[in-house]
Amino acid sequence: MADPVYAIETENLNLWYGTFQALIDVNLKVRRGLITSLIGPSGCGKTTILRSINRINERLGYVRTTGKICVLDTNIYGEDIEISQVRRHVGMVFQRPNPLPLSVRENVLFGYRIHNTGKLAKQQADEIVEQALRQVLLWDHVKDRLNRKATLLSLEEQQKLCIARLLPVKPSILLMDEPCSALDPEATAAVEELIWDLRGTYTILIVTHNMAQARRASDECIFMLMGKLIEHSKTEDMFVTPSRKETADYIEGRYG
Amino acid sequence: MIMNNITSADNNRRRASADRRNMDWYLDLLVRFLVFIGGISAIIFILGIFVFITSQGIGFLLDRFDIAEFFGSPLWRPTSEEHPTYGALALIVGTASITGFAMLVSVPFSLGAAIYIAEFAQGKVRETLKVLVELLAAIPSVVWGFIGLSIMNPFIIKLFNIPVGLNILNAGIILGLMAAPIMATIAEDALKAVPDTYREAAEAMGATRWQVISRVTLPSAKNGLMAAVLLGVGRGFGETMAVLMASGHSVNLPTSPFDSVRALTATIAAELGETAQGSEHYQALFTLGIFLFIVTFIINLTADIVVRGIRKGNI
Repeated sequence: MADPVYAIETENLNLWYGTFQALIDVNLKVRRGLITSLIGPSGCGKTTILRSINRINERLGYVRTTGKICVLDTNIYGEDIEISQVRRHVGMVFQRPNPLPLSVRENVLFGYRIHNTGKLAKQQADEIVEQALRQVLLWDHVKDRLNRKATLLSLEEQQKLCIARLLPVKPSILLMDEPCSALDPEATAAVEELIWDLRGTYTILIVTHNMAQARRASDECIFMLMGKLIEHSKTEDMFVTPSRKETADYIEGRYG
Repeated sequence: MIMNNITSADNNRRRASADRRNMDWYLDLLVRFLVFIGGISAIIFILGIFVFITSQGIGFLLDRFDIAEFFGSPLWRPTSEEHPTYGALALIVGTASITGFAMLVSVPFSLGAAIYIAEFAQGKVRETLKVLVELLAAIPSVVWGFIGLSIMNPFIIKLFNIPVGLNILNAGIILGLMAAPIMATIAEDALKAVPDTYREAAEAMGATRWQVISRVTLPSAKNGLMAAVLLGVGRGFGETMAVLMASGHSVNLPTSPFDSVRALTATIAAELGETAQGSEHYQALFTLGIFLFIVTFIINLTADIVVRGIRKGNI
């Protein structure tokens, strides 16, 4: 079977928080191996979309979802789907870096240990840790501090670690919810560079408030407004010749 | 010139307003004084109690106290006419064994309750359970003693086919059930204090409920949980009435949970009323009191230090 062109496809996705409808008939298609930005004003539903793709939304008891979300041609809201497997394939990076209160090393191994029961030889564990940390360009910075508590790292290091800990379970999709909003400009640049490095290996869907970031660090853009998908196009097209008036107004900063 | 005038007028006004001692100013002073008194009174009382206990027991400590006898001999015979002995070993072992047994009962119960309330129960169930647990903590100890005496006693006699049901087992279970609500409340607070972002992060990686609890929540709350257990131990050491009623109250070095024992606290409670003030026996009881005071003080202090957490960079 050929690899599907689209890593994520939603079909008539509707979502309610209690009685408030946050997503209205969203049909989106995210291309495999590219970086896609989700943009739009606050409360437009972009984070909600992100959070429903690895079903972390369901932590809140009052969420109701209808429609389909297919990840690599599998409906993750299907009946025989194991939620733990969904989350293994779809990693999530949060707005505020949230490393677990464990050592740097154990943070990287956390996901691996959850999905691979049985004993992990030290040497193998070392390899996993080194490889993951190298991939996020963090190895040289923290290799002497692997047994220190991860919460003591700088915010930039913490956020990179939060990306690194997803990699050992070999996800195909990385969801990022404003991954740079808690970081200073230099750290933002470093994390953006890292995200660009991961392009190709992973399909990356990234929510951002920052127009410049969407413009320089993504292949495609999706613009949302009031729970609806308004426009989806290549990044350069959206920022140069948006096809919808709402998009143009938002990009030019007339609201937001 | 004009500038100067303005500044000096300004200064005068400022001085006047700073100097104004109206009702609010005095009220503020009064409240500050009262709060200060309240704040230091706890320290004063504790010191006062310690000084009092020590002053009552000091005579015994200086003249008669024999450390080898006190900690090494199980013979507590303060009322013997010719040759009174003051060996507290049996009492210490009695208290320790009851407390130890109580912890075996209360740790699983209280941690289980805390985990359920903090991590699983939601909405109404949760609120109800919290209130109930706190209500349990308010049951007077004599009621627990009564349960030990009149319900557990015959039950244990029947179940294990032994002549007396007032023993370590009985007192341990009663004390464990008594300590569990307080421990559960503190442990629940400790679990609630774990930021939800940790749980979310672990769940987003695919961890199940139990994996989140065992690998993230419990380890990060471990200081608070330790403190809960230690406070339970402190409670066990200091508890008197229920232990007096349920333990059998006989001086005895126990060899099994079915042996009757006597606790330090129960000894003081039972004997102090029958001694002449200032007598050797009276002073010896106060020496037991000093010992209890020091032990519970150390336990509580440890719990406090653990709660604050010894923060080092390494885990």
